[in-house]
Amino acid sequence: MSTVTCPECEAEVTLDAGTEAGEIIVCSDCGVDLEVMTVEPAAVQLAPMEQEDWGE
Amino acid sequence: MQRRLKIGVLYSRVRVEEKWIFGAMEKRGIDYDRLDDRAIHFDLHDPKPWQQYDAVLERSLSYNSGLYALRLLNAFGVPTVNTAGVAEVCGDKLMTSAALARDGVPQPHNATAFTPEAALEAIEAFGYPVVLKPVVGSWGRLLAKVNDRDAAEAVLEHKSTLGSVQHSVFYIQEYIEKPGRDIRVIVIGDHVLTAMYRNSEHWITNTARGGSGELCPITPEIEDICLRASNAVGGGLLGVDLVEHPEKGLVVNEINHTMEFHTMQPLSGIDIAGEIVEYVVKIARLKDE
Repeated sequence: MSTVTCPECEAEVTLDAGTEAGEIIVCSDCGVDLEVMTVEPAAVQLAPMEQEDWGE
Repeated sequence: MQRRLKIGVLYSRVRVEEKWIFGAMEKRGIDYDRLDDRAIHFDLHDPKPWQQYDAVLERSLSYNSGLYALRLLNAFGVPTVNTAGVAEVCGDKLMTSAALARDGVPQPHNATAFTPEAALEAIEAFGYPVVLKPVVGSWGRLLAKVNDRDAAEAVLEHKSTLGSVQHSVFYIQEYIEKPGRDIRVIVIGDHVLTAMYRNSEHWITNTARGGSGELCPITPEIEDICLRASNAVGGGLLGVDLVEHPEKGLVVNEINHTMEFHTMQPLSGIDIAGEIVEYVVKIARLKDE
């Protein structure tokens, strides 16, 4: 299991098994959305803010 | 022996739906590429890299990115799910309403205007309450239930002053006293796959806004209106939203061309991602015919 440091609050966040690049995970400490950039090595960055034309 | 297909999946984020779709591709041994819409670029004079795909499934979060990608792919002769034409109509509520009206598919009473003054006149003709919606947008964002003239004036001024130019296309819809729920139906080609009620205490029943799902039986009436709605917008892979109107019966509220199904798949027990992949393969195979 990989861990990363939340860029917002510096908490340690664990990536579940089966996590894929491009997924959004939530920091359990500060609640910010994080985008998984790579799994090996584990790296995250703050997820982009929702845009006006986003949807289904 | 059938030729081995090459599929592209255009996406922005790997949501649970994309994970299921990728999983369904892998389970079937399909050769596919993940195309992150933030990383791709098109050289308009060199369509070859794109023409390797027998079909591209579009799952972009951004309507604009998805639509322009589809337009380019279709111009390059690459089949897409959905087509640019379908995305163009479904991604814009006014275009959807126009297509439904053209084909006589039941829908709420809608009107549009291009200035706050004309919009106010149209709203007053409807009577209160009315609903104002952005023509482009999803997940129940920026919907406004307008209960009186004061609210109408305020919302129209805010939209025209603070919003992008698109917010000056005022889309006005009758407010429907629905029974605390609407119905999301998944249509794939000419097949109505599954349906669910989206229950909510709030007048916005979208599950993205906290509404909860409950399986809905597919009645002949639901099947008929959904297939007519699908035909009106060009057909494909669609999430049709129905509302139970107290006087008109079932009406089509909107149609989604990159629908989410994280609630519907476990609720229905249907492998929706698998059905989507089968449909994309079917479209890809048409290229050989």
